[in-house]
Amino acid sequence: MANVNRRVLPGFSLTLGYTLFYLSILVLLPIIAVFLKAGSLSFPQFWAAVWTERARAAYLLTFGTSLAAAVINLLLGSLIAWVLVRYPFPGRRFIDSLVDMPLALPTAVGGLVYASLYVKTGWIGRWLEPFGIQAAYSRLGIVLVLVFVGLPFVVRTVQPVLEEFDPESEEASASLGATRWQTFSQVILPALYPALITGFALAFARSIGEYGSVVFISGNMPFKTEIAPILIVARLEEFAYGEATAIAVVLLVISFTLLVSINLLESWSRRHAS
Amino acid sequence: MQAEAIDFPTQSSSQLPEPSQAAAEAPRLRRAQRDPDWVRWLLTAIALGAVLLIVGLPILFVFVEALAEGPGTYVENLFNDADTRQSIYLTLTVVPIALVANVLFGLAAAWSVSRFQFRGRAILISLIDLPFSVSPVVAGLMFVLIFGLQGYLGPLLRRDGYSILPYVTSLPLSLMAVALYTLLRPGVPSQQRGIWKHPLPVTLGGGLALFAVLVLAQQWLQLWPQNANLKIIFAVPGLVLATSFVTFPFVARELIPVMDAIGPDEDLAAVSLGASGWQMFWHVTLPNIKWGLAYGIILCNARAMGEFGAVYVVSGHITGQTDTMPLRIEKLFQEYNLPGSFAVASVLTLLAIVTLFIKSKLETHIARQTSHSAGEAP
Repeated sequence: MANVNRRVLPGFSLTLGYTLFYLSILVLLPIIAVFLKAGSLSFPQFWAAVWTERARAAYLLTFGTSLAAAVINLLLGSLIAWVLVRYPFPGRRFIDSLVDMPLALPTAVGGLVYASLYVKTGWIGRWLEPFGIQAAYSRLGIVLVLVFVGLPFVVRTVQPVLEEFDPESEEASASLGATRWQTFSQVILPALYPALITGFALAFARSIGEYGSVVFISGNMPFKTEIAPILIVARLEEFAYGEATAIAVVLLVISFTLLVSINLLESWSRRHAS
Repeated sequence: MQAEAIDFPTQSSSQLPEPSQAAAEAPRLRRAQRDPDWVRWLLTAIALGAVLLIVGLPILFVFVEALAEGPGTYVENLFNDADTRQSIYLTLTVVPIALVANVLFGLAAAWSVSRFQFRGRAILISLIDLPFSVSPVVAGLMFVLIFGLQGYLGPLLRRDGYSILPYVTSLPLSLMAVALYTLLRPGVPSQQRGIWKHPLPVTLGGGLALFAVLVLAQQWLQLWPQNANLKIIFAVPGLVLATSFVTFPFVARELIPVMDAIGPDEDLAAVSLGASGWQMFWHVTLPNIKWGLAYGIILCNARAMGEFGAVYVVSGHITGQTDTMPLRIEKLFQEYNLPGSFAVASVLTLLAIVTLFIKSKLETHIARQTSHSAGEAP
């Protein structure tokens, strides 16, 4: 079939050639350039750039806030997906399309709005202030915008699995005398695990690289609210290209590892399912 | 095989079953799925509250803040500020260029991947998704490292008595000529006479010869000023590169599943009836994939308009010169000009709402089309 196509259908070498050309120029060469630049540093130089106290604080903050946001997204997202699939209510379609909003809305707008809502005089910040909670310009603020940015991922991975979930297994479980909670925790939840893990990993991966929204709300104080991408920009603005590149390589390696593990996870769960 | 989007999930994932379909299910099954009423109400309330608090309220807030001082001030903030106006022009220049480049790439990638088998095909598909996993800031940094003044190609861009513009202009022209040849070549062997007979030497040799002639002609005519100190970083070309990188996968990853679902039969029929590549593309392939293509384009456009991190790094934030709309929002925010900032933000929010609206319309078209072609398959 495939060979017939190649002889009959036009454009194989043209389209493949163009695809490879464009991919190499725009994506592969720049990525290679980053590793080349990092490779031009000696190891002590690289280590000195990557492992300063300020950089360590930035990694820790990036991971901590991304993890916290991904956990919140996991819980909220699966709950929202469950409600959207199982409980019809007026305005469900509207709520469903609102979930996609963080993907279509520019991150800068998200950051601007969250910063203005959660400052001490903002619509939400003024209710938190009496409790001594400072939401804007703090770590809490970073988690809040990351929850906003990552909201769609868990919902959109869990939703289709719930929709295709066979009602007969719930029926069987109920007829064998299981309570509703037993059915949920032992029949439904295990079927959702792969989707939950994938959604969690996607939200986490997205949060690690996030810049546009965080820069508005974090205040960018070194050691306190400076995430790794902000540190890269700070180094660039000092024209310390080598150090910026070294930190960028750390981020790149982390996100590639995440990407590969998400892929492995998906193929594993697909094989497990069939 | 293919990573799920770190950005927009594919269209199939957000389809809700119609309410009537749920009502038509056997009541026997529904009883087993029923939860106690208080659980139902509580969970619905939490989910509604969370979505409205996290997404709904912020959207509302953008428009309330933008219009806080009346519509007159709003219009003034948007159009009477020269720098804001400039940022709108700049976004409207950069985004279409990146969009066209990524649409051409998306069409080529989808055609080669979904119509032909070749070694490394799976790797190519996952490479297309690569930009999604790169932090936007790192993406911007890559282009600074290549084209910046201290970058790998920096010295080349500054060398005296020399301009790279002849090469930059000749390359797309010769590529276009090669594409034209391939598209116009007749599909039926009996008509493949003369220059149509041996495609490989003609495209390779012809393309190279055309490239050389174009470069030499431009140099001989001295069309470009010598050492124009071509700026890529801190200028429009850098913004285009960064935007294209970040939005690179959108069109391709929407088109590949659509083309896979439609299958090659109609294209094969067109070619065997004597259509040239161009006729097949224009009359058969394009009409088949138009909804998927439109879907990819609006997602790509939304992301390109709103891109911040990558553009922030390559722009150098020169007010009134290299600030796109999202960068302008940040600058106005730093200057404590919140009404101005929210005015620009409201335009981008409106765009996002329109994008989601078109997206949901297109999803019904695509769902109908793919189920239709899947039903036809034997």
